[in-house]
Amino acid sequence: MLCGVGGQGILFAAKVIAASAEAAGLQVTTNELHGMAQRGGSVTAQVRFGEELFSPLFAPGEADALFGMEPVEALRWAHYLRPGGQAVVSLARLIPVTVSMGQATYPADVEERLRRVFGGLRLVDGAEVASSLGDARLVNTVLLGALSAHLPLAASCWEAAFRRIVRPQLLEANLRAFASGRGD
Amino acid sequence: MDESKRQLLSGNEALARGAWEAGVRAAFGYPGTPSTEILESLVTYPGVYCEWSPNEKVALEAAAGAAIAGARSLVTMKLVGLNVAADPLMTLSYIGVVGGMVVVVADDPGMNSSQTEQDTRHYARLSKLPVLEPGDAVDCRAFMLEAFALSERHRCPVIVRTTTCVSHSRFQVPCGERQAPVDAHFERNPQQFCPLPIWGRRLREKVEERLQAQSAENSASGLNRVFRRGDALGIVSHGVTALHCAEAFPEASVLKLGWGWPYPDGLLRAFAGSVRRLVVIEEGDPMVEEHLRALGFACEGKETGLVPRTGELRPERLRAIRAALEGVPGAVPGPVAEASDLPGRPPLLCAGCPHRGVFYALTKFDVIVTGDIGCYSLGVFPPLSRTDTILCMGGGFTLAHGMVQAGERRPVVGVLGDSTFFHSGMTGLLNMVYNRGRAVLVVVDNRTTAMTGHQDHPGTGRTLMGEATQEASIERIAEACGVRRIRVVNPYELQATVEVFREALSADEMTLVISRAPCILKERVRLGASPCVDAGRCKVCGACLKLGCPALELSRRGEPPRVNGSLCNGCGLCAQVCRFSALTCPGTGEA
Repeated sequence: MLCGVGGQGILFAAKVIAASAEAAGLQVTTNELHGMAQRGGSVTAQVRFGEELFSPLFAPGEADALFGMEPVEALRWAHYLRPGGQAVVSLARLIPVTVSMGQATYPADVEERLRRVFGGLRLVDGAEVASSLGDARLVNTVLLGALSAHLPLAASCWEAAFRRIVRPQLLEANLRAFASGRGD
Repeated sequence: MDESKRQLLSGNEALARGAWEAGVRAAFGYPGTPSTEILESLVTYPGVYCEWSPNEKVALEAAAGAAIAGARSLVTMKLVGLNVAADPLMTLSYIGVVGGMVVVVADDPGMNSSQTEQDTRHYARLSKLPVLEPGDAVDCRAFMLEAFALSERHRCPVIVRTTTCVSHSRFQVPCGERQAPVDAHFERNPQQFCPLPIWGRRLREKVEERLQAQSAENSASGLNRVFRRGDALGIVSHGVTALHCAEAFPEASVLKLGWGWPYPDGLLRAFAGSVRRLVVIEEGDPMVEEHLRALGFACEGKETGLVPRTGELRPERLRAIRAALEGVPGAVPGPVAEASDLPGRPPLLCAGCPHRGVFYALTKFDVIVTGDIGCYSLGVFPPLSRTDTILCMGGGFTLAHGMVQAGERRPVVGVLGDSTFFHSGMTGLLNMVYNRGRAVLVVVDNRTTAMTGHQDHPGTGRTLMGEATQEASIERIAEACGVRRIRVVNPYELQATVEVFREALSADEMTLVISRAPCILKERVRLGASPCVDAGRCKVCGACLKLGCPALELSRRGEPPRVNGSLCNGCGLCAQVCRFSALTCPGTGEA
């Protein structure tokens, strides 16, 4: 289960996971939302891989892993994760306009909430990524690395996926970010 | 099938692939979520003429011309597009085609990005044309090949109905080679192609004969699939819903209808007779369910309250249906308690969007705003809240006219976009001039079809094939219609925009205002430097927040806002509305 805000690279992450599963010789499906949802709205994607799949969708409580590019969005879609599943969440907050307008508040305790909700949780700090890798935009690749440690796909499959999807000039930076997330 | 030829394709990309392999010669369409990517994908293949037509009616007629002249043709649209294109479709069913013609209509159960939830299968029945319903991208490619063959076998267009989930889900699709395309070469046959009553009545009879033949053919068709598991419970479903069912009901037999209409009566009878309990799970209206009852089979479904009547039938809802059937708890988890008070994240006009200036300027006047379909539909949301109606493409102009002519005393402003203007706004403009209407009409011209992902249209000077072409001028069209007061504004100049509206609203004849600035998301250029917030000058009055700009973030009440530099495009609107000079754009002084 992937979630975040339009423009955060959710579709890119879905693509990488799918390509990695393909490299492993598995059947794979993805489902993504387009249209209205792209304009700063909450965005989700689902990726499934395995031996025999019919539907491209799963129900709440069935995801093995949750990939959250934004803390509030991770909470919003947390119920999709099965008990015992693993969450990887970026701490970088995107303040919704409903908050700016004073209609709603951004939970100050969002980090504690994440820790309460998710048994298996890896938090990634964008500022830390920026200082160690030189580019805060690599957060989603770091998250993919963290996620990969909990998915049954070999490191070589992930590398093959990045080689297929990422432009050559960005490949090295992405592989480094992936390795740092994975903990290699 | 060669494994190396498998590609991870979305349903829309697979439809394009299938059409290309089928030797499609020409393809037409108008963008509309969730159908848009079909033509965007098809145009990347060699040897197919592809175009964005100004609207779906034009697209369908052009495709009909190609197919009547013997070339395989494709037309694509979203559900509501078929409302626009329904007129030619009905008659085309009678006169038929020579080359195969496929009409792809993408439905949107759950209304993810559409104003209605209409079920295109009704149009199949109304037009008496076959409808195929692929369930995944593998089906999309294969059904497209079969749709062209079916179309030529029966000399009628074939409708392919997808849904949002089908169009936007990726599967590994086995791909093949392209059949040789055939150029158009029309052969005269007025008794076939001119449905004057003397010939039309015979064509009408032939349509009924065709339906009988198709129903029989459907019963034996490989487009339908049976998941045979047991005889205690049988589920009749279709498209992707049947695939959800195959997983949600692992012990039930599932009939997945791939050819939705004319109904395969033989197959339905055989399946219904082979199970002890019959359930029909349809996404859309209970059409098959009613038909099964008409055939004399007792079944459960929407009419018995088992299956929800509205919305997308996602796996969680199928689990609930299963729980109801078996009388066991089957509730899936709802949002966690920690998510009960989360701030909402509605879709918004982007930071730097040129439409924002127009809607903000309109907040300065007590007017009724009749809006339309496009990114600017988002002008309805707070804090701008400057759209009062949204009906359909073109309705922004025509509703304004109707209100005024019927005696509405407050000023009415009709707003629509450039692509919508060419789609069906032009006729409304012409009507207002002709019938002496007095509303203020606005074209928010961002030089693209933005909401669906930046498609070209007659005003952009470029075709879908990437060729430079004549650029239609909104002003000159308006002049030709007889509009005397035309004002072009730069929506980033707020004061000037407000003044144009002030003048237009006080005039005693209609005014066309063209707000012209390219879509910020398409051009991907910064308009200027991001403004700095001077916390000392900021009076925390909240005026800038009334722009509803996602780049202006207020974390805590009573504090100055923060400019999110990664979202801000430097459009400068916030600096213009700040009366205390607390927001200044570097390099421009006071902005």
